[in-house]
Formats: sequence, C-alpha cells, structure tokens
Amino acid sequence: MPTLNNFLALSAVLFAIGTAGVFLRRNLITILLSIEIMLNAANLAFVAVGRYVGSVEGQVIAFFVMTVAAAEAAVGLAIVIALFRQRETLNPDAFTSLKW
Amino acid sequence: MLFYVLAGVAIAASLLVVGQRNPMHSVLLLIVSFIGLAGLYVLLDSPFAAVTQIIVYGGAIMVLFLFVVMLLNATQEEMPARTTIPVKIGGRPLRVGAILAAVFLAEIVWALTRVARAPIAGGEAVAATVQSVRQIGIAIFTTHAFAFEVTSILILVAMVGAVALAKRNL
Amino acid sequence: MDPVLIAQIGVILFTFVMLLTSAAILVLMERKVAAFLQQRLGPNRVGPWGTLQPVADIVKLLFKEELRPGAADAILFTLAPILSVTAAFAAFAVVPWGGTTTLWGLLPEPVPLRVADVNVGILVLFAITSMGIYGIVLAGWSSNSKYSLLGGLRSSAQMISYELSYGLALGAVLLLGNSLSLTDVVNQQAGHWFGFVPRWFVVLQPVGFLVFMIAGVAETNRAPFDFPEAEQELVAGYHTEYSSFSFACFFLAEYVNMVVVSAVAVNLYLGGWHGPFPLPEAVGGLWWVAKVFALLFFYIWMRWTLPRYRYDQLMHFGWKYLLPVAVLNLLATAAAVLYWG
Repeated sequence: MPTLNNFLALSAVLFAIGTAGVFLRRNLITILLSIEIMLNAANLAFVAVGRYVGSVEGQVIAFFVMTVAAAEAAVGLAIVIALFRQRETLNPDAFTSLKW
Repeated sequence: MLFYVLAGVAIAASLLVVGQRNPMHSVLLLIVSFIGLAGLYVLLDSPFAAVTQIIVYGGAIMVLFLFVVMLLNATQEEMPARTTIPVKIGGRPLRVGAILAAVFLAEIVWALTRVARAPIAGGEAVAATVQSVRQIGIAIFTTHAFAFEVTSILILVAMVGAVALAKRNL
Repeated sequence: MDPVLIAQIGVILFTFVMLLTSAAILVLMERKVAAFLQQRLGPNRVGPWGTLQPVADIVKLLFKEELRPGAADAILFTLAPILSVTAAFAAFAVVPWGGTTTLWGLLPEPVPLRVADVNVGILVLFAITSMGIYGIVLAGWSSNSKYSLLGGLRSSAQMISYELSYGLALGAVLLLGNSLSLTDVVNQQAGHWFGFVPRWFVVLQPVGFLVFMIAGVAETNRAPFDFPEAEQELVAGYHTEYSSFSFACFFLAEYVNMVVVSAVAVNLYLGGWHGPFPLPEAVGGLWWVAKVFALLFFYIWMRWTLPRYRYDQLMHFGWKYLLPVAVLNLLATAAAVLYWG
C-alpha cells in the first residue's frame, strides 16, 4: 500500500531528473522537455498531498499548473523556432553573443 | 505493487528522455512517462487529473513539440561546440554535472520524505470526495474563479506571443 | 469459476469480435453503398451478393510483401500503425452497447453489456481520441517521404483543430446528462415526453448533434475532410509507404474509429439502446446496432456525395465557423439548463 512518502519520493526523483536534464543537455528542445518533467513532478506532489489531506484542492492546483505549462511550452517553442531561424542550430552554446 | 510498476515506468522513461540523443524519441518517451504518471493519478483516486494529464499534456503539448521537432528537422543532436573544456582530474573528466545532479537528488529526496509514514487517507467517503469531478468543478468555479479567469487571459497572451515570436515578418 | 466473471470476460471478447466484424462489414458496405449511389452493382462475384468480399480483401492484403523504405526510422515506422489501431480499439472500452442482461436467466445476477464503466467516461474517450493523432503523425514522419510528411502534418493539424469542436459538443451534452459516465447519460434518455416523442438528447440539442457529427467526420479523416489521404493529391498521404499488414492496420483503425464516433453519437444523442417506442429491454442491443449502422450509412453516403474540402478551406471552416457555433451551442444549453432546470 503506497504511503504519502512513496509518492513524494517519486516526485523528488522526477524533479531531480528534470533538473539534470536542463543543466546537462545541449539541445534546446530537450531542455524544454526536461522543464516539462519538472512541472509534472510538482503536479504529482500536489495531487498526492491533495489525496492525503482528503481535499480536491490538489487536483485543482494540478489543473492550473497543466494550463500554465501548456502556455509556457507554446511560448518556449516559439522562441526556439525564432532562435533556430537566426543560427540554424539548436545548441544553446551557439547563442552566446551577450557574453563578455 | 502497481505503484512500483508505474513509478518504474515513469522514472525509466524520464531517464531515457534526458539521456536520448534523438529529440523525436525523447518526445515519445516523455509521452510514455506521462501515461505512467496518469496511472499514478488513477491510483490516487484522481481520475480527473489523470484524464486531463493525457488530454492536455499527451494530446496537445506533446503534439506541439512533435510539430516543432519535425519543422526544425531536429532529429540529431549536434556535437557540442568545444567552447567548454571539461575539468579533468588525473586525466579522466570529472563529471561535475552528473555528480551535482546526484547530490541534488539526494537532497531533495531527504527534504521531501521527512513526512511521517502515514498511509493515504483511507475511507470510501474521502475517496469519493476527491474523485468527484463535480467537487472539482465547484472548487474551480467558485473558490478559484479568479485564478481561472487569469489563466484564460494567460493562455490568450501566450497564443498571441507565440504567433508574434514565430512569424517570419510581422 | 464464478459464472458472472466468465460472462463479463465473454462480454469483453464479444465486444472485440463485434468491432472486428463491423470493420469487415463496413468494408463491404462502403463498396456496395458507393456502387448503388453511382448506379452500378458493386462487388457481387465473391460469395452471394459479394458478402465474402471483405475476406478476399483481407487475405489479399495479408499476402502482400511487407516493405519499409531504407531511410525510414525503423522503430517509429513499425510503431505508428500499432498506435493507430490501439487507440481505435481502446476508445471502445468505455462505450456501453447494451443495458444489462442475464442471458435469459442463466446468470444469477445481471451482467452489464460493456467493457468498463469509468465515472469520467466521456473524458477518457476524448483522451484516447487525442492519442490517436500520434499514429498518423508518426507514420507521416517516419516514412521519410514528402507525400507522407505532408499528409501526416495536415492530418494531425486537422484533427487537433476539430477536437475542440468535438469537446465543446461533448460539453453541451454533459450539461444535459449531468454525468461524465456514458452509461448514466444513456439511462437519462429512457422514457418519452407526451407518450410518443423519445427523450433523446438529439431533440434537445440538434445543433450540438450536427457539430458533433461534423467534428467526428473530421476526426476520422473521412470525406469531405479526407484531404490528408486524398488519392488525387497526395498519392495516399500518410500511409503511402505502408503495405500488407501495416496498411491493413491503418485501414482497420479508420473503420473502427468510424464505428467509435457513431457509437458515441448514438449513446450521447440518439438514446443508446432505448428504442423510439416502448419495447422489451431484451432487444435493446439490437436497437443500438441498428442505430449505429444508420449513422455509418450516413457517413458512407456523405463520402460518396460531397466533394472534398481543400485544406485551407477545411481549417477555415473548423476554426471560424464550427468552433463559434459549438461555443454558442454550449452557452445556449447552459442558459437553458439554468433557466428551466
């Protein structure tokens, strides 16, 4: 019988995987996918604690997080397309013209 | 038991998403991970969250990602431009990124599991409350009505912004 | 073994076999109806009145050579038809096709004639329909051919656009039916008003029914919305490079999708297994089948009568006409439910 601990630990593991993806991958689309993994981990924590407390608020918050994630994915991908048109590459190391 | 299977699927798929070379395969593996998470939501007596996850994430956001991957023909990851030199210790690269990721993982797991080992709130009445889509609807449209309206404006802004950013010429 | 459990497993297997048989019947029905609409006879060589034609078609398809383009992505190429067929069949898991039956007294307690009764059934249907897009888009991409890619992209863009109107029509029925479970929605449609008008939701929601059917036709990529697989423009669209069993899978997926949309329309709008005049409940399942086949006939009739939409006209229609109509329908239904209870 899974306890709340199990769900929170799983959420933590997924969040860490997502963060590792954001920092270690050199492809803009994979970075955006890792951000989605992080958002999902947070959703899981919300729904698990909502069930634990016995209220519906967890799912409500998860619903709003999903909507915000959709909006953010749309804008992020539009930025990726605009950047790709500039440099013809998806490697974030190519967009360093603001570095001194 | 079912929890471990679904959790294993979610973790394995997420690891493969982060570890894959081909972004197209990463997108598909992420969909697998989302389906695993949807199964976990069903285990948590939250079928609405599960179904919304598949509709919104699996059916809309991932299709968007697929379109962009296909449009940009991004099926190979380019070799990293050698502007960063990996730190070496004794001739072998010290994988700072992986080590930091492991430390971060340990820290988060420790921080989140300090809750007492209590089972998920039992009882059919509680499960029925959490499960009922009617209750979720009432909560969204009365208690959180402001958040709902602001989210709809947010989506409108995102839509306009995405079109403005990705157009070739305004 | 518990006889009720055996009966339930039997119902599930029967549902699966029923879907396969209906796809086979549709193969023949399409060609016969098309022929009669075009004033010719259609297939009548293989078996009496051509009834063994689907068997001949399937045997022919299975004996063809299985090809794969050399530059195609192997995993995705093999996965795409599997995804299409799985999504098509899985959608039927939440669709009830009859009331309850006791097999004429053989069983100790009545067994419901469906696979599962999820309390968020309508949403599950919507979710599985959304997942069906992946079969098409992956087929288009992994074939590594320009016809397939164009067909796949156009088809998936069309499907996600018409999904919105589909969902809004479902939302309006939800307001009337007061429940997300398909079985509950059907049970609300029992009985009659004034003794002779059946209490079907199509009477209360004619606009919603039209929106749902149009969106359903667009979702299943059937004419007049079948530009993505138009024979004249795109060779065969997203399934150009497929042959033998994989092509049969796409074929099967398209027909089963048609059956699913018709079945859901019958359950939500046309009263499910409740006949239009008071009849014993035992023939409920047969009524359901008759209604589904009536809708499928309507599907086939539309395909062979109407010319095909051009792609930009299709998207224009979906976004600028169908979506506002669906939203207005939802608003009007909400107002009516609020006012008249």
